[in-house]
Amino acid sequence: MTAVQEMSDSGPAYTRASTGSGEVTQWRTIRAEWVKFRTLWSSVLVMVIAVLGMIGVGLVASYFINADWGHLRARQIARFNPVVTSLDGYNMAQLAIGTLGVLLVTGEYSTGLIRATMAAVPARLPVLWAKLTVYTGITFVLMMVSSFVAFLGGQVLLGSHSTTLDAPGVLRVVVATGVYLTLVGMLGVAFGALIRNTAGGIAALFGVLLVLPAIMEVLPSTWQDVIAKYLPSNAGQAALSVTLDPAMLAPWVGMAVFAVYVVIGMVAAAVLLKRRDV
Amino acid sequence: MIEAQGLTKRYGGKTAVSDLTFDVRPGIVTGFLGPNGAGKSTTMRMIVGLDTPSAGTVTVNGKPYAEHRAPLREVGALLEARSIHTGRSARNHLLALAATTGIPVRRVDEVLELVGLAEVAGKRVRGFSLGMGQRLGIASALLGDPHTLVLDEPVNGLDPEGILWIRTLLRSLAAEGRTVFVSSHLMSEMALTAEQVIIIGKGRLLADVDVSEVITGSSRNVVKVRTPKAAELRELLARPAVTIASSAADRLEVTGLSSDEIGTAALEHGIPVFELTPVLASLEEAFMELTRDSVEFGITAPAMESVESAGGQR
Ligand SMILES: Nc1ncnc2c1ncn2[C@@H]1O[C@H](COP(=O)(O)OP(=O)(O)OP(=O)(O)O)[C@@H](O)[C@H]1O
Ligand SMILES: [Mg+2]
Repeated sequence: MTAVQEMSDSGPAYTRASTGSGEVTQWRTIRAEWVKFRTLWSSVLVMVIAVLGMIGVGLVASYFINADWGHLRARQIARFNPVVTSLDGYNMAQLAIGTLGVLLVTGEYSTGLIRATMAAVPARLPVLWAKLTVYTGITFVLMMVSSFVAFLGGQVLLGSHSTTLDAPGVLRVVVATGVYLTLVGMLGVAFGALIRNTAGGIAALFGVLLVLPAIMEVLPSTWQDVIAKYLPSNAGQAALSVTLDPAMLAPWVGMAVFAVYVVIGMVAAAVLLKRRDV
Repeated sequence: MIEAQGLTKRYGGKTAVSDLTFDVRPGIVTGFLGPNGAGKSTTMRMIVGLDTPSAGTVTVNGKPYAEHRAPLREVGALLEARSIHTGRSARNHLLALAATTGIPVRRVDEVLELVGLAEVAGKRVRGFSLGMGQRLGIASALLGDPHTLVLDEPVNGLDPEGILWIRTLLRSLAAEGRTVFVSSHLMSEMALTAEQVIIIGKGRLLADVDVSEVITGSSRNVVKVRTPKAAELRELLARPAVTIASSAADRLEVTGLSSDEIGTAALEHGIPVFELTPVLASLEEAFMELTRDSVEFGITAPAMESVESAGGQR
């Protein structure tokens, strides 16, 4: 063991174990969050579920549509879209990714780890940015890849009913699915940091993403036309259909609106993280 | 060196810590005593910047904790509630903490060895006993080999061997010149470990004293005397600030005089004394005496009164 002789500000010199400069940096905080992510079995498991869901659901749906084609009703055939069918798993992936985003933060509060984390990084905000960086990186890579795998695999299984990436709007939908899921994960992290409680964070996240659009349906249609397209999930999902719906925002405009919501959530989480006691 | 100046913390309408001013000096173990709910944990959380004081300041080595660039090198903290995700292994927990401040992996294995967890380092913390969890908390506190240690009830859940181990550890860390601040409500433990004690009750500072002084200053110190002329000696010693009890014809228990004073007085009057034994109050008794009026959650009658009056103020 190497040891350094060091003069403390306040006492006599004593031998200290070599522990480096010990300075906290944003990069080191990111590395710490990466260690935390990969050493927690539950986070790895949920991520696997997200990937399997994203790929598996679309493959199964594609296989059965092709096998049952002769028995499909006219209405089903009219609604059929090879891209949407192969990417059907995004719903399940969104549940897993969003939940894990919340848990990444609330798990620290429920176990008390947050006190150790924030004592190690008293500036606090680097922890939020680090969690965001690590989780965004992981979800972006995995969901983008899964989206392409689901699409390409689905097209193989759809046989003669399949489409290709060159067809109009198709590449956009496949890419947008990966982007949308990444943003859902980021929103989950923000909600986790805002609410600091697992059940509450998950309820709030899916309340906003899934329940809010459903509530809209009971409003007068004139209101719906104005408000509905600006709801976070509606805005983000505008880019997820090949044929453009005039009631929705333009695809990437909608995604940008969704991203703005995520940024607002993050800023709110950052302000409260600085202000509240741990 | 920890310096608190007028440190105050209010949660809503409740004042948990009220205008605390104290210094914790390097080179000795300083005990932090107080009954349940006195505000010990709250004070310690403020020292490491987890809770923001409502008023006042607290600094570590001259700076607020959050302003230190290498906080884990400065202060190692063990906070009351476990601060560990139970789904991770002990080693991975420490590796994550170490990564934050660039502490090498070697140091992680070193502290695991030091606290006696090397063999279970790869096991998930979920399966740990209370004492093992506590040892992991201590390992986290020691990770950065800090100048200052802030430990909230470190002996909680430790077996006698563990308690002895931590007592020796704290004293040797202090002897090296580090600042060691340890809370407890076990006065007997503090009597053995600490040289200085800061005593609080209901968030207020009650005493900041040398341990040996608390005991010698206690009104519960008694001198046991055995003499054939008990009645004569009793008359001789009687004065307002002195109480004398007697458990047998030839025995007296004197409070308020030292054994020197009693022995000298007896000699001057030719009273034979066969036994003269000063019996010091335990720190426990001395502590009870100091905090009697400020117990928040007590079972004794005066304590119940104070709970009621505290409730009435809301
Ligand atoms: N986060 C909080 N919100 C509201 N009240 C709090 C909070 N933390 C502590 N308190 C209150 O502040 C007071 C002091 O609590 P604290 O935990 O600091 O006491 P303690 O001396 O550590 O007690 P113990 O010996 O039981 O650990 C208590 O009345 C407690 O209820
Ligand atoms: Mg406490």
